[in-house]
Formats: sequence, C-alpha cells, structure tokens
Amino acid sequence: MVEFVLERGNYWAIIGLMMIGLYIAFAATNLIKRLVGLGLFQTSIILFYTSLSRISGGTAPILYGKDYKSSYEDKDSHGETAANGAEYAGEAATDAAYGYTNAGLENVYSNPLPHVLMLTAIVVGVATLAVGLAIIVRIREAYGTVESDEIREMDLQVALAEAQDEADELSLASGATRG
Amino acid sequence: MNGDHHVILRVVAKALIPIIALFGFYVHFHGEYSPGGGFQAGVILAVSIILYSLIFGIAPTMRAVTPGFARAVAAFGFLLYTGVGVVALIRGGNFLDYDALIRDEPGGHLGQHVGIIVIELGVLFAVAGSMVTIFYAFAGRVSEIRDEDW
Amino acid sequence: MIEMLSSLVPDTVAAHAPALLVVVPMITAPIAAMMPNGRIAWFLSLLATAASLLMAVVILSQVRSIEGGAVLSYAMGGWAPPAGIEFRIDGLNAMVLLLVSIIGFLATIFSWPSVKAEIRDAKIAMFYSAYLVCFTGLCGVASTGDAFNLFVFLEISSIATYVLVALGAGQDRRALPAASHYLLLGTIGASLFVVGVGFLYAATGTLNMAELSVMLPQIPNNKAVMAGYAFIVVGLGIKAAMFPLHQWLPNAYAYSPSFVTTFLAATATKVAIYALVRFLFTVFGLEFVFEGSTLIWVLMPMGIAGMVACSFQAVFQTDVRRTLAYSSVAQVGYMLLGISLATAAGVSAGLFHLFNHAIIKGALFMALAGMVLSHQGTSLNDCRGMGRTAPWTMTAFAISGLSLIGVPLTAGFQSKFALVSALLDSGWWWGALIVVFTSVLAVIYMGRILEAVFFKAPVNPNKRRKEAPLMILIPLWILAISNIWIGVQSDFVFGLARDAAAMLILGGPQ
Repeated sequence: MVEFVLERGNYWAIIGLMMIGLYIAFAATNLIKRLVGLGLFQTSIILFYTSLSRISGGTAPILYGKDYKSSYEDKDSHGETAANGAEYAGEAATDAAYGYTNAGLENVYSNPLPHVLMLTAIVVGVATLAVGLAIIVRIREAYGTVESDEIREMDLQVALAEAQDEADELSLASGATRG
Repeated sequence: MNGDHHVILRVVAKALIPIIALFGFYVHFHGEYSPGGGFQAGVILAVSIILYSLIFGIAPTMRAVTPGFARAVAAFGFLLYTGVGVVALIRGGNFLDYDALIRDEPGGHLGQHVGIIVIELGVLFAVAGSMVTIFYAFAGRVSEIRDEDW
Repeated sequence: MIEMLSSLVPDTVAAHAPALLVVVPMITAPIAAMMPNGRIAWFLSLLATAASLLMAVVILSQVRSIEGGAVLSYAMGGWAPPAGIEFRIDGLNAMVLLLVSIIGFLATIFSWPSVKAEIRDAKIAMFYSAYLVCFTGLCGVASTGDAFNLFVFLEISSIATYVLVALGAGQDRRALPAASHYLLLGTIGASLFVVGVGFLYAATGTLNMAELSVMLPQIPNNKAVMAGYAFIVVGLGIKAAMFPLHQWLPNAYAYSPSFVTTFLAATATKVAIYALVRFLFTVFGLEFVFEGSTLIWVLMPMGIAGMVACSFQAVFQTDVRRTLAYSSVAQVGYMLLGISLATAAGVSAGLFHLFNHAIIKGALFMALAGMVLSHQGTSLNDCRGMGRTAPWTMTAFAISGLSLIGVPLTAGFQSKFALVSALLDSGWWWGALIVVFTSVLAVIYMGRILEAVFFKAPVNPNKRRKEAPLMILIPLWILAISNIWIGVQSDFVFGLARDAAAMLILGGPQ
C-alpha cells in the first residue's frame, strides 16, 4: 500500500495542486486570486503531461552519440524522405508512450510529444492570463474594486434600480393612457 | 526622472540589454540543432525591451519601440508563419508542407531547413511583438489606483 | 445550387478546401488588425467569411459526392495522419462547418451598423480582428481530426470570445464581470478537456481521433480511459452550456455587444456540442459510452433538467436578451435529449435542432440588435409598440419566435417533431411529454414578448424608434425566410443531419 502511494508520488502532487488551484478559482472573492488559482490549475496540467512523457532511464529527447551519427548516415545512404522520417519519429513516440524502448536507437529518450503539446498549452495559458488580467484592470476602473462579492452587490443595486425605473415608467404610461 | 540613485543599475543594464537581445537571436538560430527556437527567442527579445523600460521608464521605451510598431511586428510574425503555409499551397504542396517550398533532389531537405527557420522567425516576431504589446497594455495605462489603496 | 457554386471553384483550390476554410480568416485577422479604418476591416472580414462559406459549400459537395458520405482527410504540412495533424471532414463536420460559415457570413454583413454604434471607432479594426480569430477557432474545431488540436482551436475561439464579450463594457459595465466569469469557467472547461485528452494519450499513445476510435475498443475497462471520458464530458459540457454548467451563459449573452451575442448564440455552443458528439460517438464509440458508462443517466437527465428549469427561468426575465439566453440553455437541453437517445433518429433530431436553433437564435438576436440600434434598450417595456414602428424587423422577429416555439410550417416545428417521434420510437413517451410541456413554456415566454411588441402601446411615445437599417434587415430576413423554408421543405437540412447521424451510429469513421 505504501509503495502504491509512493510510486505515484508525482500524480498525488499533481492532484493536490489541481485541487488547490480549483478551490482558489472558485472560493476566492478577489478576482486576481481567482486567476492565480486558474494559473495553478493549468500548471498542474502541464506537470501531468510532462510526467506522462517520462521514461525511466530516458534523457532529454535530443539525439546524441551514436544515434546522432547514425541518423545522418541513414539519410545519406537510403535517401529517406522527411515524411518517412516523421512517420518513424511518430512511431517511436507511440512506442515510448507504451513504455517500449526506442526502436533502433542506442540511447533511451523521453517522449518529446507531450512537451511540445505543453508548449502550446503554456501559450494558451499566457494568453488567457493576459486577457483575464486586462478584464480585471477594466473592472477595477469601472467598479473601483476587484472583490467579486462587492461587484455583485453593486450590480444588484443597479438591477433593482432599473427594475424600479421600469415599474415607474410602466405605471406612468398606464396612468397616461387612463387619463 | 532623476537617475542618480540607479547608476549601477543603468550601467549594468546598458551593457546587458544588447547581450540579451543577441542571446535571443542565438537561441533562435541555434534552435534548429539544439533546444531553443522562435518562442523562447521571442520572449528573450521582448525581455530586453521590457528590462529597458523597467530601468529607463516606459515613456522613452514607447518612443523607441512604439506600441503600434510592436503590434505590427506581432501581426507580421503571424503573417510570416501563415505565409509560409500559403506559399507551400501555391507551390503544390499541402498547407505548411515545407518540402514543397524548394524543389530539391529526392532525399534533400533544403525545404525543411528553410521552412522551419522562416516559420520560427515568424514565431519570434509574433511572440516578441505580442509580449511587448501585452506589457505596454498594462504598464502604459494611466493608473487610477492611488497609493493608499494598495 | 451547391453543385453550381462548387463547380465555380477550380480543382486545385477545391483540393485544399479544408485548409483554406480555416486559413483564410486566420490570415485576414492580423491584416484587419493593422487597418487604420474600421470600415476596411469590416470589408475584409466580409470577404474572409464569404471565402469560408464558399469553401464550406465545396466541402459539402465533396462529402456528398459519394453515396453514404465521403470522408475527406487533409494532412497538414504533408505529414501522414497518425503522426501529423489531419483535418478530417465527414458529413457531421461538413454540416457544422456550413452552419458556422453561413452564420458567420450573415452576421458579418449585419454587423457594421450595430458595431459602429456600440464600439468606439478606434477599436473597430481590432474588434473585427478578434471576431475573425473567433471564427477561425470555431471553424478549426469543426474540421480538425486531432484531439489536442481541437483543444487549441477551442481556446483560440474562446479567448477571442472573452475579449468580444468584455467589449460590451462600452454599453454596460456589467459586461466585464460577465466576461471574467466566462473566462474563469471557460478556461476550467477547456483545461478539464485537456486533462481528459491526456488520459487518452496515456492509455493509447495517440492523439488522432480516428486512431483513438480504433484503439480504445482494444482496451476495455481501462480506468485511465474512463477518467479521461469523465473529464472530457464535463469539460465540453461547460463549453456547451450543459444544464448545471451553464452559469456563464446568461450574463455573457445579455451584456456583450449585440453583434457578438448574435454570433455566439448561433455558433459557439453549437460547435461545443459538435465536439461532444464527436467524442461520444466517434472517439469513444457507442458501446463504451452508452452501455459501459451509462451516459444515459447523465446526459439525458441534464438535458431534461435544463429544458424545464431554464424555460421557467426564461419566463421570469424582464429583459428580452436574458429571456433568449435562458431559452438557449433550454434548447441545448433538447439537443442533448436527442443525442442521449443514441439511436439514428434521436441523434439526427438533435443535430437537426442544432442547425435550426442556430438559425432561429441568429435571427432573434439580429432583430434585437436592430432594436438596440434604434431604441437603446432590450427590456420588455422597450419592446412595447415596436411592431407598429418597426414592422419589418419585428415581423422577422415574430417568425423566428414562432419557430422557437415550434409552430407548424417553421423550422422549430420540424426539429421538435423529429425529436418527439424519435422519443416515441424509443418508447420514451414521458420525454415526449416533457418536450411538449417545455414548448408550452416557450409559448409563454415568447408570447409575453410578442404581445408587448404587437399589442401594447409604447410606454413613452416620444422616444425615437425606427426600422433597423437595410444592412440588418437583409440578413435578418434571409434567416427568417430560411426558417419558413426549412419548415416547409426540410429535406435538405434534415438530410444532412440524418446522413451525419447514420454515419455516427452505424458507420463510424471509415
């Protein structure tokens, strides 16, 4: 049991971070803290993907040593097209995901694909954060606060005032038609 | 702005900023063979501009690199990226098919080399431009928040 | 007409139609951002969406060229599919792409007077750029065959949407909290989706949806796949405004600029539902979803709860836009109900309703945009007497409103009829009763609005009110007439939905 828990330490850490982030995103009243929680949540996903790509004994996925040389020799001797090479790389990535050792390579490499995916996810996260902060800046200018409960209170007041106005308008109009 | 308090900062930054920018380009062009590439390089390049504005003030930075220019760079980078795709389309390949860029003898990869460098250049421009634009959007705003509010 | 239009396009262009559909608006977006003048940016977006519409028509004719529906596969960058990203288009994608690009094109025509009135001049060019990015993202979601690529396109469109919603702050500052709320929930939804995709990747080692659909049946009872399934359904449920996850929608629709509301109401949730359907039926497959995980106990109750609860909420709103926003969530319930039947008839009814609802809500919000333009308000009081002063706008509004209720000879009737008969076929007579009941609720909430529009005297006769400009009226009437056209002659659209459903239920991706 202890081993079962310890073996999956990375996943426990990821789940913990994810839940903390989600809790902050929902429970905080301060909008900026909410964005921080969101950031934590997204970061835990990045950790999740990168820990998927880990292969025991694998190094950074850059060809070195014999692999580096043979990859160049291959090209010269067989004249493989790039598309074939890509298919080969794709197969290697698939194998790696299954935990197979890299076919035809001397050294063991981690799976590069999740890292690439997470590069995109980081960009998405940055864009979301920038838009979110920009909206919060505007909220601060329009409302004078970044506390969501205060904002809700103000909106409620506005909505009540509007409803009152409309009722007044309506009674005025019906009075006019009667008169 | 009185710079007397920050003499060391200014001197060091003046020496550092060109090196940071140069390192950005190094990361970009070396990205073909080693970790690196347009995304990281773009951020590093943007950092050099942001560092300048942190030390010398936002106004002189905006005079040197105008917000309109930063936005144009971002849009240009994006167009460069998609432009490679469209050129590949016109030359008979699929969208973003680098091999179609340059007709090579079979087994040659000249198109791949050129394609990825240009694509990453587009990423570099887009990232650097949008990072600086985002920075300006926040830093360049006239603050309404008084000091005691913090 | 489809054949005629697609024959105009040269073969070399037609071969790249799946890519061009997405690429053209994508390239136009940064160009539009650089334009000094909003009118040029508008014109560029018009051209881009028109090109996308043409490509969608070409794709449709290519898909329909073979009996049973062809599957187009476009390898991005020439990398062969399982390793590279592919755009994979079958009958379902073609239908959603056609819907998004039709609405996108018509909405762009109508946008100019509305946007000019509601957005500051200096921002118009950027506004159209954000709109094009949003459009690109939606088209991308509807055409990609790669699970992670779908996430990226979903976020591209969502981030642009947050910006567009927040721009409503020029009219009403409440747009800002609405946008921030939407951003929070939307990002959480997309993140949950991407966690689910991660689980699938961990279990199979591929991200290609067609490949996933082959590999997932080989590993039954895999816990990672089940966890991934749950994450994906919840994540896409948030994006599609599935009932308990719809809290972002009413405020976002009520306070964003009226053009944005029109476009979003007609496309954004529809595309998310498409993604949900794609994952449920193609990627996970019928057996896993409906027998293994008893989705019927999740999707169907949520659909019904959404239909009933949100129809009730719609009845008690005083603002027309909020009424229609709640009605949108209720209509999502109809689609989910149809989909949860998991029969060819049920899914085709759900998809048919998806198409019709986009046209209905597009027309309704377009008419409201015309009202905002001339009258600066969308409360029920503002509506009073509009029928006399703006007869053209309001007649189109009334046609679409009747269609929303499901009056015979309108599109809404056809899809609700298809839904009810599918429910009866499966023996869910109580489901059919609920559909009828919520239609009665729709009579109440649309009836209140239509009564105010046509039979009540205006509250303040001195307020200036007039017909919407021609640029709004033309697309508005195109949508209103297509409501009637589908109501009378439903073969074309229903055929699309039926082909897509048959492909999903029987064929799977070939």
